[in-house]
Amino acid sequence: MTQDQPPPRVRVTGPPRRRADVVRSAGTREIDAETALGEVFMRSLLREQLMLAIRVLIALALTVGVLPLAFHLLPSLGEVRWGPVPVAWVLLGVLTYPWLVVLGWFYIRRSEANESDFADLVESSPRRSSPPLRSSEQRRGGPE
Amino acid sequence: MTMSVLPGVVGVVLVSLATLVIGTWGLRISRTTSDFFVASRTVRPRLNASAIGGEYLSAASFLGVAGLLLTFGAEMLWYPVGWTAGYLVLLVLVAAPLRRSGAYTLPDFAEARLGSRGVRKLCSVLVVGIGWLYLLPQFQGAGVTLRATIGAPPWAGSLVVALVVLASVSPGGMRSITFVQAFHFWMKLTALLIPIFILLAVWAADGAADPSAAAPASWSIPLASPGGGIGLYTTYSLIVATFLGTMGLPHVVVRFYTNPDGRAARRTTLAVLVLLGVFYVLPPLYAALGRIYAPDLIEGRSDVLVLELPNLMVGGLLGAVLTGLVTAGAFAAFLSTSSGLTIAVAGVLSQDVTGRRWGSYRLGGVAAFRVAAAIAVVVPLLLSLPAQDVAVARTVGLAFAVTASTFAPLLMLGIWWRGLTPVGAVAGLLVGGLGSGAAVAWTLAVAPSSGWTSAMLGQPAAWSVPASFFTMVIVSRLTKASVPAHAGRFMVRLHTPEAVDLQR
Repeated sequence: MTQDQPPPRVRVTGPPRRRADVVRSAGTREIDAETALGEVFMRSLLREQLMLAIRVLIALALTVGVLPLAFHLLPSLGEVRWGPVPVAWVLLGVLTYPWLVVLGWFYIRRSEANESDFADLVESSPRRSSPPLRSSEQRRGGPE
Repeated sequence: MTMSVLPGVVGVVLVSLATLVIGTWGLRISRTTSDFFVASRTVRPRLNASAIGGEYLSAASFLGVAGLLLTFGAEMLWYPVGWTAGYLVLLVLVAAPLRRSGAYTLPDFAEARLGSRGVRKLCSVLVVGIGWLYLLPQFQGAGVTLRATIGAPPWAGSLVVALVVLASVSPGGMRSITFVQAFHFWMKLTALLIPIFILLAVWAADGAADPSAAAPASWSIPLASPGGGIGLYTTYSLIVATFLGTMGLPHVVVRFYTNPDGRAARRTTLAVLVLLGVFYVLPPLYAALGRIYAPDLIEGRSDVLVLELPNLMVGGLLGAVLTGLVTAGAFAAFLSTSSGLTIAVAGVLSQDVTGRRWGSYRLGGVAAFRVAAAIAVVVPLLLSLPAQDVAVARTVGLAFAVTASTFAPLLMLGIWWRGLTPVGAVAGLLVGGLGSGAAVAWTLAVAPSSGWTSAMLGQPAAWSVPASFFTMVIVSRLTKASVPAHAGRFMVRLHTPEAVDLQR
């Protein structure tokens, strides 16, 4: 581009999201066409992710969230010390932060697992007659 | 105080210079329009997390937290904990879907999700209001800092910050701002980290006195001051405000759009959690040392604790160098947060106010942005002059209460619930915004007193957030017919991983 004349107008677009040569699977077409089956796929992903988020938030509420109540019900906690430091300062000033990181790390691992399960499910889905939903639900709801 | 003028001045000048140099250097590698607005959406998680940290850690975190901890003790630990935990809530509820939505600002998100200009306008008004409320304590803090370190009149610091912000924001450029903000984060961390090692060494050499020995018993109890039911209410209300308020901050949302994809948005958020966790361990140490070495700051002037502690404990040349360092860090805090907020507010103002046709006259894009930036800075600057004595962290806390009662329900329901309607969203935003806004105005205008009314108005989130949330749900249920036609399509786009190849 030369500096002498005004630069030409540029259309700002994102990077291309789709590769042209990929054969699109049946599952993605179901979702794009907003069929009942596509709907089921999406709802199951949404529910998985929301449940995961709620589990993490409950873990947060039951640990960090109960501290005010604990100190309200047991005021003598204020005199407890770990070494020279009052316990409230240790819990809220230091230990909460690594705990938040652990929760965040756990969430990212599980949500990405959910998403890759969903991707496998959708891409490997055959024709609309036999949705392999049940087996994948079992797989996802498995241990851990 | 004449001896300590020099390090403060040197610190402020160096940080301002470094900011301008990095900004110009970043501007030179910005080539395209996309670079300019969203850094071409290629900012890697670690750099982006540093930038978010830089923008997020404001005067309230750098000065305010240590000051409040010094005066009130453990109850104030909820501020840094809440400001960090807010990112966990943001991570699990909105980070990836918000990036995938493709929205650049909160009004953009609202319009894309609900297909309504009315909701967009209301969101714009809220962004401007919240931005001003958040800018106010930054300017106040700048005044406090320059008064403490240089002895300048309080308005001088506010004015200097406002001018540097305007000078650095007007050229603009998201890519250059990214480097500036990242630099500011590491600057702030260094400015607290290096002095604390030396101060702790001095403390150990002095015989390691117990900070809590002279403190009242309430200093080690994490419940708000009157205790009892009111204390419990205030504490939980603060938790609601900070945990939910983070996701609605206008200057944070913009940063999420510079991530390459939803996955990177999540990783960025996790990195932010780590960085904030490292940073927020430090202010309590300053507060604890302040109990021993700076007892006369406890009443009234606690905001300057971080700035004055090095001189009180070390003195001499080393003390002067450390004072310069913390002053520089504090100044970085005002600059980065204020520029982020100014960009967010000016972006909205230039789209919806200064960029419009006024009579037969209409400003061009860049001119509209500059006028908007000036308005965005001048209004809170004027407001900050009379309100010099409100604690910095408290005003920021009020801004969180407003975002938690407005944008948090909008984002949560918009991302997870297909049934949200434009009317429902407007009703909820109005209930939450007016409720929390009135409470904030009352608190800033009237001297605080004790009792339930004061507690409910001083810390409104515990009632205003549920009120807004349920209003949105109930009104949306009543206006079921107006669920936007593209809602299902939009939800698919929010939640589908990038690996799945959809026609978005």
